[in-house]
Amino acid sequence: MDFDLMFTSFPKLLGATVVTLKLLSVSLFFGLFLGLLFAILRLNKNILINKFAYGYSYVFRGTPLLVQIFIIYFGLGQIEYLRSTFLWVILKEPYWCAIIAFTLNTGAYTSEILRSAFQTIKPGIIEAGKSLGITNKIIFYKIQIPIAIRQSLPAYGNEIILMMKGTSLASTVTLMDLTGVAKYIISTTFKPIEVFIVAGGIYLFMTFIIHNLIKYLEKKYSFQQ
Amino acid sequence: MNIFKKTILTVLASLFIIGNVSAEKIKIGTEGAYPPWNSKDASGNLIGFEVELAQELCTIMKYECTIVEQDWDGMIPALVMRKFDAIMAGMSITAERQKTITFSQGYADEVASLAVMKGSSLEGMDTPEGINLSLGGSDVKKALKTLTGALAGKTVCTQTGTIHQNFLESGDVGSVNVRTYKTQDEVNLDLTSGRCDVALAAAVAFTDYADKSGKPVVLVGPTFSGGAFGNGVGVGIRQASDSAIGKRDAKILKDFNKAIDKARKQGIISKLAIKHFGFDASM
Repeated sequence: MDFDLMFTSFPKLLGATVVTLKLLSVSLFFGLFLGLLFAILRLNKNILINKFAYGYSYVFRGTPLLVQIFIIYFGLGQIEYLRSTFLWVILKEPYWCAIIAFTLNTGAYTSEILRSAFQTIKPGIIEAGKSLGITNKIIFYKIQIPIAIRQSLPAYGNEIILMMKGTSLASTVTLMDLTGVAKYIISTTFKPIEVFIVAGGIYLFMTFIIHNLIKYLEKKYSFQQ
Repeated sequence: MNIFKKTILTVLASLFIIGNVSAEKIKIGTEGAYPPWNSKDASGNLIGFEVELAQELCTIMKYECTIVEQDWDGMIPALVMRKFDAIMAGMSITAERQKTITFSQGYADEVASLAVMKGSSLEGMDTPEGINLSLGGSDVKKALKTLTGALAGKTVCTQTGTIHQNFLESGDVGSVNVRTYKTQDEVNLDLTSGRCDVALAAAVAFTDYADKSGKPVVLVGPTFSGGAFGNGVGVGIRQASDSAIGKRDAKILKDFNKAIDKARKQGIISKLAIKHFGFDASM
């Protein structure tokens, strides 16, 4: 064990953690909106809209994230026509390719989490709202959405942790995130065990923080107050 | 006795005879993703200059060799962890790598070059045909200065953990925007897509790609050797130690050195180099 190497690579890996956190937070932010939108579309009674939303979540939950990121980065990059459009400004950058892939992926999972949360809301609660003369719109925003979010907190916490680990795939499209920098250090020191232990420790610590944050939120918004 | 039984008996007998010869059994690791040095054919078999050379060297050494595949970025750690006994993967002999492993004598020269897509502003750079960084001198200095100017603000792509990456990060050509990839295939893809303005690798890696894909990839600037580019490509072997396994490693190294001598004298290396590279890269 080369403890010196573990010690000297720690600050470098910590610096790279910023990139990982940025990828995670930006894709979770967009993914949450995308997920909410598609969860609502899933509840729509129009069969076409419903099937479209279902198809989206089916495709993105049914294929590996690595394949998705490769298709978006290397695949789309090979289409000559695309390179002459304004889209190329975004797709040229590995950072945005990773964000797009992560957002679409987490959006699909989030839509399923929220959909099932919406469906677990007891009809009685909505009927109570209606009998008080509250409009459908207000019932949706002030009753259904808050309950759905609270219901989905545990599952969504898992999704955040999965996504945090998923960001390590950004290193496959040249991004220097935590895993990318770990691989870089290994390419010059040839000592994978030491470096990956430190990188793994940082991932574990992030999981610890996210896990406790979600636990705190669950408690705070618990129904039994 | 019918033919079927005869065949089986013959096969069994031959197996027994081969099994009785106490040939050293070794595994040789290669990347299988760096044509024409080493790559894979459509059905997944390892092919290329080093795969054929490895077979020739093993015949000379009377070794039983198995060639196994290993990702480039884990090549040296895998050797150290005894997943195989030797590396033949276009790996140049450098001081940095020699801190961890040892090398046989060089068997081939890797000539490095920059490449761009046809029509790039970097085409027609005014530099000598080749520069040797170990020699230094005013010519080399001038060429490096021209390159520093030409590469400023450009995205330069190369494979992770290579002599090419080391050179780009050495400061010899100023501080360039380096982007690194897991494989040379990915470097080629992003060079054609335009994400990379220019790429650095073995010259033959680009010409081979241009030939096979039909993409207008062209070499620019000088070819590089010496300095960060190391001293030719050799067989990577674990450093010897006093243990029994360490002694075996020392023997493997000795046998490889002898075999390379012999293969060179018999013209085997030149022949294979011309077959795969189109010119004699043997050394």
